[in-house]
Amino acid sequence: MSLRILKAGLFDAIQDTGRYGYQYLGINPGGAMDITGMKLSNALVGNDLNEAVLEMHFPAAEIVFEEQMLIALGGADLGAEINGEALPILHPIIIQKNAVLQFRKNETGARAYLAVKGGYQSQTWLHSNSTHTRARAGGLEGRALRKNDQILTKQIFSGSFQGNGKLFTVLHWNVNLAGFYLKDAVRFIPGAEYHALNKLSQQKLETAGFSILPQSDRMGYRLKGDALSIQSPKEMISTAVPRGTIQLLPNGQLIILMADHQTTGGYPRIGHVISAGFAALAQMRASEKIRFQKTELAEAETLLLEQERNLRQLQNACNFRLQEYLAVYQK
Amino acid sequence: MHIPSGYHMYPCGDHALTIEWGSTIDISVNKSVIALFCVLQEANIKGVKDIIPAYNSVTVVYDTALLKKSCSTKTVYEWMSRQIGKLIDSSVIDTEKKPKLVRIPVCYDLSLAPDLASLAAEHMLTIEEVVKLHMGKIYRVYMIGFLPGFAYMGSVDEGIATPRKVNPRTNVPAGSVGIAGEQTGIYPFDSPGGWQLIGQTPLKMFSANQAEPCLLQPGDDVQFYRVTILEFEKIKADVATHS
Repeated sequence: MSLRILKAGLFDAIQDTGRYGYQYLGINPGGAMDITGMKLSNALVGNDLNEAVLEMHFPAAEIVFEEQMLIALGGADLGAEINGEALPILHPIIIQKNAVLQFRKNETGARAYLAVKGGYQSQTWLHSNSTHTRARAGGLEGRALRKNDQILTKQIFSGSFQGNGKLFTVLHWNVNLAGFYLKDAVRFIPGAEYHALNKLSQQKLETAGFSILPQSDRMGYRLKGDALSIQSPKEMISTAVPRGTIQLLPNGQLIILMADHQTTGGYPRIGHVISAGFAALAQMRASEKIRFQKTELAEAETLLLEQERNLRQLQNACNFRLQEYLAVYQK
Repeated sequence: MHIPSGYHMYPCGDHALTIEWGSTIDISVNKSVIALFCVLQEANIKGVKDIIPAYNSVTVVYDTALLKKSCSTKTVYEWMSRQIGKLIDSSVIDTEKKPKLVRIPVCYDLSLAPDLASLAAEHMLTIEEVVKLHMGKIYRVYMIGFLPGFAYMGSVDEGIATPRKVNPRTNVPAGSVGIAGEQTGIYPFDSPGGWQLIGQTPLKMFSANQAEPCLLQPGDDVQFYRVTILEFEKIKADVATHS
């Protein structure tokens, strides 16, 4: 009941929905960047949606499965292969013992999620298994995975599934991503300092387009575009800054706070990306263009609730299919 | 006494809101902030995930998807702001309650205080005078931010208030005590930083494996006392063996 890392990736770490309740101590929530991708992967293997998964960036780790397992890949398509044969994302897959998973090409998206049925054994710190690298706690010793790390799973996949001598078997259903990734624009709610932007800057925000700079990471996305200006630059007093906050830096450029953001900040808050838009944003890569679109609070909430309902429906459907499929092998 | 009602409440996107008093850094305002922080922690409002006090504001992070299911108002924000508004109106706070006083040893030896000499020169003070001014006040922890356990404390005597360094250091050692404007703070980790470094504490400001991972909490009082370099080394060794 384990996986082993044969070759380390760029930054592969255990993540869940994040560590909330401790921001008053400066402890940021962290967690998966694309929580939707994480939850969909969990749904496909019949896990609790909030179960911790492995978040991977390209180039990703090379992993050997030391037992038969039920897995699913979600989020980015990193060109997964098992012994040279392509592995689809967003399907449940039964992997046989000793199969080696490799990722060949960053086809789409920025981070992939690997869920295993039953979940991984990992360290819980302050009620979350997310990896907090600064505190060196949570996940696997609070760090990214290294060569030779062994990750235990919580369950043995107990099917008597043979797989007809193949190293993996793709179960035939997948999930429909419609509505989960809002791709047309990055929708935002105006922030406390939005109205201090001059009119031209307010227009530019929605029309000019911005590109994501290479120094963007799990802390924040740095953007490049026409410089924006604040009418009366006032001395800001630091406040808490939640995930998705769009801050205006002194040079007129924007930064969007992502999962590993600092808990407080003192730059003008131009806006806040809506929660329903986090998943699509988290899958965007350096040099990609984004366009902002102002949105009403009520609409943002409705979009989020729709995603939540769709997720629950998908979870039920996945569980039903999986039970039906596996019942044959568990008699 | 009631929590002062002259606040401004506004949404921070679709999953957080902020309650803010005025636009100054002031002890009495921060006392209202901490009072509301405590009231909200006790109140256990459905769907609240995080309550974050800052100098003159409290931000509440909530689970919008959960609350939207049962919410009868047009937005979850409306519902949450009403709950918090009612709580502010009905809460009576104890103004006599003394904050916890935390005493923190600091070694001001020049080997651990790379900016102490230049800061003294800039203010035309001796090093001894700077140290005495820094130790001479009880500071309030206004908020924690930037890094886990990084306490923003104030306010230092205006005679030693000094702006951040123009070129921040790429690595400030954990335990370094610094000044930035009228604030003083302690780096809990080795990290980049631009504060003027005037000493170092041998204590660990943050330990992930403790039940209370941070030595300081928002609203605490802090007093620094001087230790020699030998005492510093001894305390540091003791701390290392006990954690």
